[in-house]
Amino acid sequence: MHYLQQVLFVLVLGLAGYLLAKRVQFIKKGIKLGKPVNRSDRRSERWRSMLLVAFGQKKMFKKPLPALLHLFVYAGFLIINIEVLEFIIDGLAGTHRIFAPYLGSAYGWLMNFFEFLAVAVLTACVIFLLRRNIVKVPRFHKPEMKNWPTLDANLILVTEIILMLAILGMNATDQLLQAKGVAHYPHTGKLFFSSFLKPVFQHVEPGSLVVLERTFWWFHIIGILGFAVYVTYSKHLHIFLAFPNTYFANLNPKGKMANMDSVTNEVKLMLGLPAENATAPPAEVGRFGAKDVNDLSWKSLMDAFTCTECGRCTAECPANQTGKKLSPRAIIMATRDRVEEVLTNHKGLENGKTLLNDFISHEEINACTSCNACVEACPVLIDPLSIILELRRYIAMEESGSPAAWNAMFQNIETNFAPWKFAPTDRFNWADELKK
Amino acid sequence: MSNTTIKIPTMAELNAKGESPEILFWVGCAGSFDDRYKSVTKAFVKILNKVGVSFAVLGQEESCTGDPARRAGNEFLFQMQAMSNIQVLEGYHVKKIVTACPHCFNTLKNEYPQLGGNYEVIHHSTFLQQLIDEGKVKPADGKAFEGQKITYHDSCYLGRANNVYQAPRSVLKALDTELVEMKRCKTNGLCCGAGGAQMFKDAEPGAKEINVERTEEALDTGANIIASACPFCLTMLADGVKAKNKETEVKVFDLAELIAQAEDL
Repeated sequence: MHYLQQVLFVLVLGLAGYLLAKRVQFIKKGIKLGKPVNRSDRRSERWRSMLLVAFGQKKMFKKPLPALLHLFVYAGFLIINIEVLEFIIDGLAGTHRIFAPYLGSAYGWLMNFFEFLAVAVLTACVIFLLRRNIVKVPRFHKPEMKNWPTLDANLILVTEIILMLAILGMNATDQLLQAKGVAHYPHTGKLFFSSFLKPVFQHVEPGSLVVLERTFWWFHIIGILGFAVYVTYSKHLHIFLAFPNTYFANLNPKGKMANMDSVTNEVKLMLGLPAENATAPPAEVGRFGAKDVNDLSWKSLMDAFTCTECGRCTAECPANQTGKKLSPRAIIMATRDRVEEVLTNHKGLENGKTLLNDFISHEEINACTSCNACVEACPVLIDPLSIILELRRYIAMEESGSPAAWNAMFQNIETNFAPWKFAPTDRFNWADELKK
Repeated sequence: MSNTTIKIPTMAELNAKGESPEILFWVGCAGSFDDRYKSVTKAFVKILNKVGVSFAVLGQEESCTGDPARRAGNEFLFQMQAMSNIQVLEGYHVKKIVTACPHCFNTLKNEYPQLGGNYEVIHHSTFLQQLIDEGKVKPADGKAFEGQKITYHDSCYLGRANNVYQAPRSVLKALDTELVEMKRCKTNGLCCGAGGAQMFKDAEPGAKEINVERTEEALDTGANIIASACPFCLTMLADGVKAKNKETEVKVFDLAELIAQAEDL
């Protein structure tokens, strides 16, 4: 029986590992579709940003109550996973609570702490479910949240609740087995929270109790492994990607737009200035700006995989708040959808669709005021604005498809050196008015 | 101060005399052409004259920084503008620039260095704060604003874009007024609706104009003065106040105008 469990466990663990590795490759491949951008400089600032924003959840605390609840789930995720290590060793070695004899009374203390976290996670997830579905926080009910994103969010919360219940059920039955002196069940001392569940299993005979305990154990470990695989298909990837994403985030002032060096050389030539590499033939001229996901930087694509669709960006967006079609979250979700489509259809990028037009409309990106509210709001330092601005570059420079009023503005700057139609010779008239 | 004594030297004039000023006042297109915003330019020049700062302007040699072109996606036009401006600035060996426009400020400060233009760039809110700190301007003396309630609207290109939140507030606190904050302020400030080249086109279809949304929030504070530090914000908020039929009770002013009024300039 024991050997059978061990073999089964190795198979389950191997399968989960295989599926996870495949998904990691898939996501890596997706991010690598993007163009290069150097985010390996200023290391100490990057570590600081990651520690504060991802590990320390600094930005979450702009909204204290959800931040506290989220902290429970986050701490639970990080710390309860230490117990998963024991699960895996037990599963492979055919042991039970292998750490217990080594840790002595500290083991019981630790288990009680895990139980406290499990209850905290459970409570937080129940409140989150209520917030999403009963209280109806507006940002969870925007058009981009229809169908799968809402189901995805609810599935994650329900799964977390069930997993926590499994831990508590397992500990309750375990304690009963300890009390009955069943072999292989080392003493953990009283486990506070799961003791409340003991009456439920009070009258179960020892043989069935063992089956129940094993069921909870298997349910929990398969649940966790399954969840880990599920996460890679869901919006929940932020639990891993928040760390690299905050590390590689933009460290420049938010107002600074990335320079297009390809344009710089051409402009220098036009102005008769000495250009770098002026004699070298121009490198393969790519597109100006972005039409599809491979025109964006890899960081923008990592942003897309990191987004957990919380919608704080959209809730802060002035365009969205006043009823425009633009939603920064939808921009990020569309980018991820397109990356996944490119990776999963056999024609790749050439399947007749593009990020611009098929996933993101002109109307959306034309509504952006570049106010950086979305960038400021994101708890994991996602930058929807840079995607919007790259798409605008494509529209202006490759499609000449900017709104007519903008084309007029461009023309004014070209001919009058001001965005309005004024004669350049009138530029200094204010001085005469002042001296009058 | 009589207006006839006001000096507005240009870089070209000073250069001809072999002089170079301490700072270049970058006026910007709105400051040069917009009827309403020209009074901000004038107010700031009066302050510069009063404190006797060595400054000059480019006059007709100034040209759009290219900010709206870049935000609207026209990188070519932006870089054309930037590079010709950099040539002009280099010609005069400009080291330090002050501007009242957060968009010019952001572009000159953050985006010109990549194209070879390196200057110390400060926004006029920071400059005014320095003058107050140094005691060169003492706006509270005149009691021009005693008992008035002022709210300050954060410009996105000053605030979130460049983390300038305190300087404009320090300037306002130096006036003898009560400064009240809007619900969404500082890092959470709501845009006026004009950034990202929106100033130069109609808004996309929606339920409401952004400037009206913002103006309502400003009016909710009960302030009778809405202070701004950006030409676009000033226009948007003034339009918002007009749309709410509040122009007699509530005025929209730039920081420089408020200081000039307090100094009776």
